[in-house]
Amino acid sequence: MNFDFSEEQKLLQSTARDFLTKQSSLAHVREVFEANAGYSESLWKGVAELGWLGVAIPEEYGGAGYGYLELAMIAGEIGQALAPIPFGSTVYLAAEAITQEGSAEQKKQYLTGIASGDLIGTLATNEKAGTLTEDSVTATFADGKLSGTKLPVADGDLANFAIVLAKEGSGLSLVIADLAAEGVTRTRLDSLDPTRSQAKLEFADVPAARLGAEGNGWAIVQDVLNRAAVLMAFEQLGSADRAFQITFDFVMNRYAFGRPIGSFQTLKHRMADLYADREVARSNCYWAAWALENDDDELPVAAASAKISASDALDHMVVDMIQMHGGVGYTWEYDCHFFYRRGKVLGHTLGTTDEWREKLINLLIEEAA
Amino acid sequence: MDFNDSPEEATYRAKVRSWLDANATLRDPDASKANALHEAEGDVIAQAKTWQAKKTDAGWACLRWPKEYGGQDATPIESVIFGQEEGRYDLPPSIYGIGHGMLGPTIMAHGTDEQKERFLPNMVKGEEVWCQLFSEPDAGSDLAGLKTSAVRDGDDWIINGQKIWTTGAQYCKWGMLVARSDTNAAKHAGLTYFIVDMEDPGIEIRPIKQMNGQSGFNEVFFSDVRIPDSNRLGAEGDGWRVAITTLMNERSSIGGSMGGGGGIKDLIKQAESVEINGRPAIEDGGVRRKIADFAVRRSGLKYTGQRGLSALSQGQTPGPEASIGKLVAAVMGQEMGAFGMELQGAAGILSGDDNPGDVTFQNTYMAMPGLRLAGGTDEILRNIISERVLGMPGEPRIDKGKPFKDIPTGTNR
Repeated sequence: MNFDFSEEQKLLQSTARDFLTKQSSLAHVREVFEANAGYSESLWKGVAELGWLGVAIPEEYGGAGYGYLELAMIAGEIGQALAPIPFGSTVYLAAEAITQEGSAEQKKQYLTGIASGDLIGTLATNEKAGTLTEDSVTATFADGKLSGTKLPVADGDLANFAIVLAKEGSGLSLVIADLAAEGVTRTRLDSLDPTRSQAKLEFADVPAARLGAEGNGWAIVQDVLNRAAVLMAFEQLGSADRAFQITFDFVMNRYAFGRPIGSFQTLKHRMADLYADREVARSNCYWAAWALENDDDELPVAAASAKISASDALDHMVVDMIQMHGGVGYTWEYDCHFFYRRGKVLGHTLGTTDEWREKLINLLIEEAA
Repeated sequence: MDFNDSPEEATYRAKVRSWLDANATLRDPDASKANALHEAEGDVIAQAKTWQAKKTDAGWACLRWPKEYGGQDATPIESVIFGQEEGRYDLPPSIYGIGHGMLGPTIMAHGTDEQKERFLPNMVKGEEVWCQLFSEPDAGSDLAGLKTSAVRDGDDWIINGQKIWTTGAQYCKWGMLVARSDTNAAKHAGLTYFIVDMEDPGIEIRPIKQMNGQSGFNEVFFSDVRIPDSNRLGAEGDGWRVAITTLMNERSSIGGSMGGGGGIKDLIKQAESVEINGRPAIEDGGVRRKIADFAVRRSGLKYTGQRGLSALSQGQTPGPEASIGKLVAAVMGQEMGAFGMELQGAAGILSGDDNPGDVTFQNTYMAMPGLRLAGGTDEILRNIISERVLGMPGEPRIDKGKPFKDIPTGTNR
């Protein structure tokens, strides 16, 4: 039994951390945030050159052909650094959907483009406030043309293409649309964390090509979300780890009443609880990574468990991060708010935590029957 | 990353199974496991001793112990594999956890050659059961505040005082005792560690009736009990260091079975069988979210256990993740019990046979306050995590360096 990452995988992780420490400092995140640039182009080029975009993409399509465990390690580091790049949209969602469902031609076109850093992709499912359901989809795909509006679409203003969930006849299909095509209007939306851009995409008779079988869109989306959730959970865990470290350094060096505030039991015990929260989440994440890598039947339950516990651990961490910093934690100048913002954004990407709880309980009821 | 046994581990597991198959019966997996704080009495003790003797004869007892003391020099993971497999069979509850897991290793670390020879092989065989005499009414979390006195008298020590929360005192032959041998010394410096014969006439054992009506623990009173100096473990005044060895072994016993599959299914079944607002409770959003959250914590604990086992399998010491198990599990158990009762509505307060539903929830609810205190309270565990795992500062101490007799202890009102 070896329920841990290998030495090679850990080496990849530490290389990634070294790179991001230099290229994605919190000062850099702040620059991207304050310039409202949407993402860091230089960082995106850098990670493309390192081959991270194609870590799990097969070699025949220009990827490195490693597995999901390697990708999970990198996702964790992206989270640690709060990297301002459309990594999740492109790698966890678009590349996964195409790897799972794409034709040979689609794989060649899109996976090669993603691996080289030439293409940014995203998945567009939601249209309005509330839970995503099959009935909530009104965009349509007919005669090879896509029409309708999607929002919010993560990185939709940056992406070259979007994989869009649309009605086709009486069912739902997934289609790929080129976002530079005529008939596409994209609008960047104000959001909590502009280093992870959000957009509205409007399609008016835009030519699109089906991804996967007709009428199979909903099932594919569920599968892709499960796979992406595992990687997103690692990213969330990475952000929580970094927030914990920053908070720890602060409470150990901030003095009040003649003592480091980290010597007060009220803070020590909160740190212990936050630690326990993260370890519980980490264990679920390891389980989910194992299920993803081995294509195990437990993937849906494991993915939901990882996503829920990582979201909760990050939520608790970023809330306490500001509280334990005291007044400075509420200033623009300190970095706490970047974690607070990113935490909420990641918790809502791929579906809210309550939506994942709903998926999980359905699976558990099935299991118990 | 691989959940499967290595080839060596698989071979070992097969060997364990074939012996267990030949000597025990598989347990019905649906039968609910005995309560963690169960009452072990009468026949159960005899059965446990018989099973231990069988294991000893066949070479499956105290696997991790060195051969010279009656063990098998097995690896930690082999010992875990045996434990996992043994847990699948219908067997008497173990009465040896404290002796084999904590006290034996303490004798190995601090005992004289004569003590090791006299006590360890017998401890393996299990005819003599051991208990731990540490906590006192005025010294629980602050164990070093204990007051039971040990006064030197020729070749003997005379013990007076009271111990509490002693599991199994009523059927144990030997106890491991920490007592205060010098009240003028500083708190931690005045302690000495002894092996005491529980059949000594000056010892009185009284069961403690717990708040749930069961009695898993005892109070033990010492009145002029004589212990020969040859049964002192470690040097006079060195008792705290010896006690730490015992407690470290308590902490390092990892819960491979932390989590498990029960509980969640029970809650789902209960929620399917009652209604909220005229619909099955399992269709209620609040109920669904709550059960999902329990399941997530449960699987997180289970795989935290797996990470610890994995470290053992790789020949490493389990990391700090092992220390969170009881803290998370006990709180969650209490919450799950309360939630199951909530689902039962007004009838949730009915216990025993009078509860029309599943009475597991009440039993758990009434047992969990004990688990949150036993073996380190939630608060002590948070201190341990923050200080020893995270490296945060210890509490400022006002009892440091003072003679023990000048330090206020216990409850004063």
